[in-house]
Amino acid sequence: MKAILGTKIKMTALIDESGATVPLTAIAAGPCPVVQVKTPEKDGYAAIQLGWQAIEKESRVNRPRKGHFKRSGATPTRMLREVRVVDATAYQPGQMLTVDMFAEGDLVDVTGTSKGRGFAGGIKRCNYRGGRMSHGSMFHRAPGSIGASSFPSRVHKGHHLPGQMGAARVTVQRLRVVKVDKENNILYVRGAVPGASGGAVMVRATRKPNKK
Amino acid sequence: MKARAIVEQFEQKQIRSDLPDFRPGDTLRVFAKVKEGDRTREQRLEGICIRRAGGGLGETFTVRKISHGVGVERTYLLNSPIITRIERVREGHVRRARLYYLRDRVGRKASRVRSRKRSVAEPVESES
Repeated sequence: MKAILGTKIKMTALIDESGATVPLTAIAAGPCPVVQVKTPEKDGYAAIQLGWQAIEKESRVNRPRKGHFKRSGATPTRMLREVRVVDATAYQPGQMLTVDMFAEGDLVDVTGTSKGRGFAGGIKRCNYRGGRMSHGSMFHRAPGSIGASSFPSRVHKGHHLPGQMGAARVTVQRLRVVKVDKENNILYVRGAVPGASGGAVMVRATRKPNKK
Repeated sequence: MKARAIVEQFEQKQIRSDLPDFRPGDTLRVFAKVKEGDRTREQRLEGICIRRAGGGLGETFTVRKISHGVGVERTYLLNSPIITRIERVREGHVRRARLYYLRDRVGRKASRVRSRKRSVAEPVESES
């Protein structure tokens, strides 16, 4: 499975020949070293571990970490992510993965950490409508009733209530790769990608290639 | 950040530099490609620019004219390749950026904006 780690740069746009604006997200991706290759024989499953954002200063890397990177010969990186692959033997430790593997028109899934909204109320988090603010209304943004009384005498599981919103792992599936800038290691993907600009993202070949 | 600069350059490349400068109040002649079925033709729209909105790649402008007694407004993406050229027919002297008040006007006043002391290009068909 094709996969690469990157950083969301910003959203931008492409105006095509017909004058239509195509919304794009630019992602600085790779080159990512393969730091570890996991095989079913040794680890029970097949996966590769990728690194992203090289650490320039050697003193910033602690000893256990240094040892881990030494085994593959890769330069130490800040971020490490594991990606499941069908055949791990296709990868060698220390190998560099670049945006090369993606082509225009490919469909990808992009995973990132969504923007944090903190402890959000029902209106923002669960699309509750809330009450009116004036005209004698005493019901404003509170959640209201969360269930019946003596039966069932409890709140149903999964009921929408206020709580932490955002800052969670989110995957957007089936985004089209519009442009691959091999020279600068930048991927341009159609549409929005989770998280703020500067946030780390993982780009993988889509797991739903045949939908629709 | 370096990568950000590259993306901004990618945007900059799409911004058209071949169009003239113009402001709200100016009378413009816009030539745009229109697709009709399988053939394209050039459509001309002459009217007053009543606004410029947005910035960068997504900047738009709106041209208003009175056509057969009906007000017509068309908003174009400034950097759109469908625009073949823009002629600045008359420079207008206006005191606001959004000329929405023209929509409430009827008759001769509706398409009149005080012009600046000198006009930029003569309103003739001859050029290019």
